[in-house]
Amino acid sequence: MTKRLTWDGALGIAGVLLFLVGSYIGLFVAPAERHMGDVQRIMYVHLPSAWISMLCFTAAFGFAVASLWTSKPRWDRAMTGAIEVGVVLNALLLIQGMIWARPTWGVWWDWDVRLTTSLVMMLLFAGVLAFRAFIEDPERRAAWSAVAAIISFVDVPLVYFCVRWWRSIHQIQSTPSTVDPAMVLPLRINSFAVLFIAIWMIVQRARLEAESASGERVPEPSRLAPSEGAEHA
Amino acid sequence: MRALGQIATLVRKDLLVEWRGRARLFSVLLFGAVTLLLFSFAVGPDSLALRAAAAGFLVLALLLSSTMGLSESFRVEQEQRALEGLLLLPVEPVALFYGKALANTVFLLLLAPILIPVALVLYAVELEAARILGLLGLWALAAAGLSAPGTLYAAMTSRLQSQDVLLPLLLFPLVVPVLMASVKSADLILTGDPMAQMRSWLVLLIGFDVIYWSLCGVLFPYAVQEAQ
Repeated sequence: MTKRLTWDGALGIAGVLLFLVGSYIGLFVAPAERHMGDVQRIMYVHLPSAWISMLCFTAAFGFAVASLWTSKPRWDRAMTGAIEVGVVLNALLLIQGMIWARPTWGVWWDWDVRLTTSLVMMLLFAGVLAFRAFIEDPERRAAWSAVAAIISFVDVPLVYFCVRWWRSIHQIQSTPSTVDPAMVLPLRINSFAVLFIAIWMIVQRARLEAESASGERVPEPSRLAPSEGAEHA
Repeated sequence: MRALGQIATLVRKDLLVEWRGRARLFSVLLFGAVTLLLFSFAVGPDSLALRAAAAGFLVLALLLSSTMGLSESFRVEQEQRALEGLLLLPVEPVALFYGKALANTVFLLLLAPILIPVALVLYAVELEAARILGLLGLWALAAAGLSAPGTLYAAMTSRLQSQDVLLPLLLFPLVVPVLMASVKSADLILTGDPMAQMRSWLVLLIGFDVIYWSLCGVLFPYAVQEAQ
């Protein structure tokens, strides 16, 4: 029996393919940056990670509000998926940033506003996940982790302003008008690629959560039926 | 008006429990003083370096002491299920939150008369009376900023295993703005403010207090609802 392709599965495959195309263009077709050279090519994964992780946390905030409002478990599952994917992308973002910063700034880390804010943001949401793991009752877990997600999300702009007044050497945000068109194309492709992969993973994660909540997997008839060869092998 | 009366009663109850026990305040005070002492070992007996770091150490001592006080304040309620009893009373959960948060703020304020002089002596900082008053005002703002999210989180973590790990894990990254703003402002009070930067840091700190005192009040009923 062939497994039917779900919409999120299709989105995931599209995301991976787009990511391959975007990274190929970014690595081999787009010109090298004049001052930074090839190191700059990390931008093609760095910026999409940054954008999509922020998007994931924003979505998680929305899901958390919906979860408290309606008490429906599906919002809680979506929130968990969004926070988990957001934390992973955020960790990747920090690692890519450090790889880029070492040859460019000469240091692995700098107390720059966006670096520090993303680090605090990751710790905030990783804390929500750790907190969640300790709560056994499902209804209580949904309510409490939504509360923690909401107050964590509200904190992010405050942290940003705080660190900004500290000091900053991070580059000013680029816009498509300040970047060579040959660089914009792989950036756009990879952003959509990461977005599609993120949505796919969030949906998968939410589905997994739902299955472990119900405690029973929907049995696939073909798997349950004893196959001819296996028993006598 | 009724809600205000309820809040006042709850604060009175908490402070009375505190006063009858007294051991908690004493041990948290001692803990704060010990952290101030330990910080000076991290720098060494260099009075210039100590003076430069004094503001940061003082605020960190407050932060570390606050988690001890906060988790203790709900552990008391967990014993003999006092929280359930409170929720059975005709009291709004919101009033319960503000009562607890205010009592926790007062508790943290009580640390100031001991910890500030200890820090000034240990770190060799000389201050005139007006600046000490400024430091006290700042302490109140920082204590309020720690108490609002701290009370909300403590209400939840006190009912879980590993509460001692979870509360700092959740609270510390959240209060980064409080920490930064109060360290900067305390530093400006201790070493002078020639550029008049104090205002913006205070606005940020007050902004944090206003946002979290309102938001946590709204969210608190969800944190205690299933016990109702």
